[in-house]
Amino acid sequence: MAGDTILIVLIVLPFVGSLAAGLLKAGARTTAALLAGTIALVGFGLAIASYPQIADGQIIRYDLAWLPSLGLNIVLRLNGLSWLFTVMVTGIGFLVVLYARYYMSPKDPVPRFFSFFLAFMGAMLGIVLSGNLIQLVIFWELTGIFSFFLIGYWHHNSTARDGARMALIVTGAGGLALLVGMLLIGHIVGSYDLDVVLAADDTIRDHPLYLPLLLLVLFAAFTKSAQFPFHFWLPRAMAAPTPVSAYLHSATMVKAGVFLLVLLWPVLSGTAAWLWIVTYVGLATLLIGAYSAIFQHDLKGLLAYSTISHLGLITTLIGMSSPLALVAAIFHIVNHATFKASLFMAAGIIDHETGTRDIRRLSGLFGFLPFTATLAMVAAAAMAGVPLLNGFLSKEMFFAETALRNSNPFYNISLPVVAVVASLFAVTYSLRFIHGVFFGPPPTELDRVPHEPPALMRRPIEVLVLICLLVGIIPGITIGPYLGSAVLSVLGPDAPYYSLSVWHGFTTPLLMSFAALSGGIVLYLALQPYLARGIDGAPLIRGLAAPRVFERLLILLSVKWAKALERVFGTRRLQPQLAILISVAVLAGALPLMAGLGPISLSLADADPALAVVWVVGTICAIGAAIQAKYHRLVALMLMGGAGLATSITFVWFSAPDLALTQLLVEIVTTVLILLGLRWLPKRDEAARIDIARSRGARFRRLRDVALAVIFGTGIALIAYAVMSHDAPDSISRFFLDNAYALGGGRNVVNVILVDFRGFDTLGEITVLAIVALTTFALLRRFRPAADSIERPEQQRIQREFEAGRSSEADAEGTIVSNFLFVPSVIMRWLFPVIIVLALFLFLRGHDQPGGGFIAGITMSIAFVLQYLGGGTRWVEERLRILPTYWIGTGLLIALLTGAGAWLFGGPFLTSSFQYLELPLLGKVPLASALLFDLGVFVLVVGATVLILIAIAHQSIRGAKPARLRPVPVAPQKSGEPRQWP
Amino acid sequence: MAMILAISIGVLAGSGVWLILRPRSFQVIIGLSLLSYAVNLFIFSMGRLRSGAASIVNGSSDLGAYADPLPQALVLTAIVIGFAMTALFLVVLLASRGLTGTDHVDGRER
Repeated sequence: MAGDTILIVLIVLPFVGSLAAGLLKAGARTTAALLAGTIALVGFGLAIASYPQIADGQIIRYDLAWLPSLGLNIVLRLNGLSWLFTVMVTGIGFLVVLYARYYMSPKDPVPRFFSFFLAFMGAMLGIVLSGNLIQLVIFWELTGIFSFFLIGYWHHNSTARDGARMALIVTGAGGLALLVGMLLIGHIVGSYDLDVVLAADDTIRDHPLYLPLLLLVLFAAFTKSAQFPFHFWLPRAMAAPTPVSAYLHSATMVKAGVFLLVLLWPVLSGTAAWLWIVTYVGLATLLIGAYSAIFQHDLKGLLAYSTISHLGLITTLIGMSSPLALVAAIFHIVNHATFKASLFMAAGIIDHETGTRDIRRLSGLFGFLPFTATLAMVAAAAMAGVPLLNGFLSKEMFFAETALRNSNPFYNISLPVVAVVASLFAVTYSLRFIHGVFFGPPPTELDRVPHEPPALMRRPIEVLVLICLLVGIIPGITIGPYLGSAVLSVLGPDAPYYSLSVWHGFTTPLLMSFAALSGGIVLYLALQPYLARGIDGAPLIRGLAAPRVFERLLILLSVKWAKALERVFGTRRLQPQLAILISVAVLAGALPLMAGLGPISLSLADADPALAVVWVVGTICAIGAAIQAKYHRLVALMLMGGAGLATSITFVWFSAPDLALTQLLVEIVTTVLILLGLRWLPKRDEAARIDIARSRGARFRRLRDVALAVIFGTGIALIAYAVMSHDAPDSISRFFLDNAYALGGGRNVVNVILVDFRGFDTLGEITVLAIVALTTFALLRRFRPAADSIERPEQQRIQREFEAGRSSEADAEGTIVSNFLFVPSVIMRWLFPVIIVLALFLFLRGHDQPGGGFIAGITMSIAFVLQYLGGGTRWVEERLRILPTYWIGTGLLIALLTGAGAWLFGGPFLTSSFQYLELPLLGKVPLASALLFDLGVFVLVVGATVLILIAIAHQSIRGAKPARLRPVPVAPQKSGEPRQWP
Repeated sequence: MAMILAISIGVLAGSGVWLILRPRSFQVIIGLSLLSYAVNLFIFSMGRLRSGAASIVNGSSDLGAYADPLPQALVLTAIVIGFAMTALFLVVLLASRGLTGTDHVDGRER
């Protein structure tokens, strides 16, 4: 198989497998395991097969154009380093799948587990195989997301949820930082291609942005690889199923951080900042992790802190910036993955067989689990750095590096001392793991008798332990060549000489190893009495509660600050929101005004006294409405009508008859509308008025609002005046005036614009109108009046009592309800046809004279409304059936079909055409397709207006009968019957 | 003329703003209506004021003799949509009062 095909298969296969596993039935444990195992094994095989192509420092690349305009390609890239990781990810992945098959309970939805597992594997392979920085960040975040799912797999368990969330937040934050860091690198280098970046040499180090980008990248790597002080998420993530820990927290996820550091080592390392930050963060992590591990009672907790410590060791090596240290770092990454994965698996077996992971409750298990115990012992010895095991070799290299002389005395002393002390701790916690669990008296507190697990469950551990041994004894032929090509791929020609052998003679590192081993045994013995007491937490640093700080930070960010922000900007309270909105509008308007308004002549010379009087009344009405709206709604409504009338007169005054007509008609229907609504509003308690007026807060708010209103009004008046006192610029109005007759066939330019030039806008507008009408209708279908509005209004009650007291109708002529508005209602009835004719007239002449669909539509609806007003709802509906929803639908359909009709003649949607028709009696009549469109507008406006008004009017009928509020079985309606109103 | 109209727009807008900042939804309905008068007049006045100008094309080629049709077309639909908005808001107010028992704009008394 060609190299690039291998790469594509490696990346794509796990994700395909993940989808397939996700589609399996919840009980298909073995099938899912087989699927996952096969995919991991195929990946492993492909990686092995591709080794010859990269052995000598070559790179396999596969480029796929992604966003070429931005210089972004999807690049897959395999070299020695990524090969090593690929083998680890797929190889250990396979072993973990095998283990998980037996570990996972059939009661759990196991296919889901393998689905997440495969997706994680794909994301991890994506990181190591990415040849593009942005692409790498995407896979980086994907590992975080899938690890969230894996850690939280037992989502019914709150610690699992919390652990998963913490891991996601910490590593996700790192991922964000990484994205910014990568963008900075791309900015400096001019390319996101990894090979270009790695060839950049000193460009990045010498750039002024080096330090910020370094901090960002380091933050990402430290969070991912659980470095102090971001290490706290890893112990919490131990709530995951053990196979997850064995995979994510030994070989893959946590190694992504150090992988990134190794990957960018050639271009980022070598500066003082890198040396001091990376080395000492690693050193602190190494020490704190090892120290804390000693005092963990949970087996997985101990392993988690040990992992933190070993990652610290690797980070320290990377920080030292010497090629030999980097070799040791890569070597230790591999070694740690093998022994830690097997130890996690062993811990899982112990948990599985005994039901607990608490070292205090475990002891003497050797007799029950001899094979597992032996394997765990070898792996733990590797972890402690016992000779003839792989851990010893890399630790030896670490010691050798720390013992090198440096010009800085602090560096000189701190490194070897901390290295030895931390290794001593490692020996102690390894001893504790083995001695505490497998030796001593037989366990007494267990619920069941432990047995050896199925042989296949142990097999992965055996393989890993075998690798530990082989690498430890004959490193030169087992790991040598692969490590060599990995080192070569990072360091290129600078790759140092190093020798991988067990025996180097009596050297300083060997002495340090000896000191650590013996010191660790002594410390373990000395600590026996303390550990026997079973106290939680490590002494001295118990106060270092990073998780608590994290939780507090989280609460601060996501609860306290969020609440504070919500209080200010939230949508629960309308008034502050509107106040902010208006203030911003005022500010935005004021800024350009600062530049001045240009020459303005304040003159009242041309003012017409008549219009002045109209507006004196108009403004008094407006202010009056503002004052009265709270306690005297009817008065406010009338005053508002007054202001509307003044507006309408103004339109006439300044040559806009269409507007004046529309305004006047809409004024009428709005008044009717609000009058209908008034009945459902609560009574205002006048007594409360004085209390509110006395409250200081209320007074302040009013003062503030008055100020805002005055500023707003003054501002808008200023702008309006400034604009009006300047000459109009040349606008597209000229085009409309020139072409209205020639192109649109109409003399009323406003109407031609609406139905012809801007017909599409109008179509949108009438659609909005239809939607609003239907929404009001729908809202009122389920209308439940407030409790205090269900009762009949006082006036109606009094009238009813009055009528009940009368013996005959004749006796009370003119005082009963049915006589109400007797004469006007007759006039209204007679006016019905007149208004309809008027509406049709306004509609037909609309193209040439003031009028048109909107105006005619509202006029027509007023004809209907008048009938309701005069005769009452029941009376009208017994005689006249209006189906406003049909009107709406018909109108919309007419407008749309008119528009679509243009297609028949090859024109675009809503193209109009017109002709003149000679009719007998009427003479020359313009016949434009726009007229048909206007008919749609007309019909729709009638329907919408009537629907809104009638729907509200019907509430009064229903409101009087609270019994109908109860759900009644709906009988199927006969089509001929009048529609039942809600 | 401009002065009168400008002051009127200012007063309408100010009254509207005061009302939409009030706690009762009926006040807000009236406020929105007043504000839309102001805005409609404002947009209309952007086409400059011409009393006695022709609004219907009569064959004269002097464009200065006509009223500007563009703001008029904008305002005409705005008036109708304004009615729809008032209706929708009124119905939402009624429904919300039915559900919450209060006519406070936030659906609860402070």
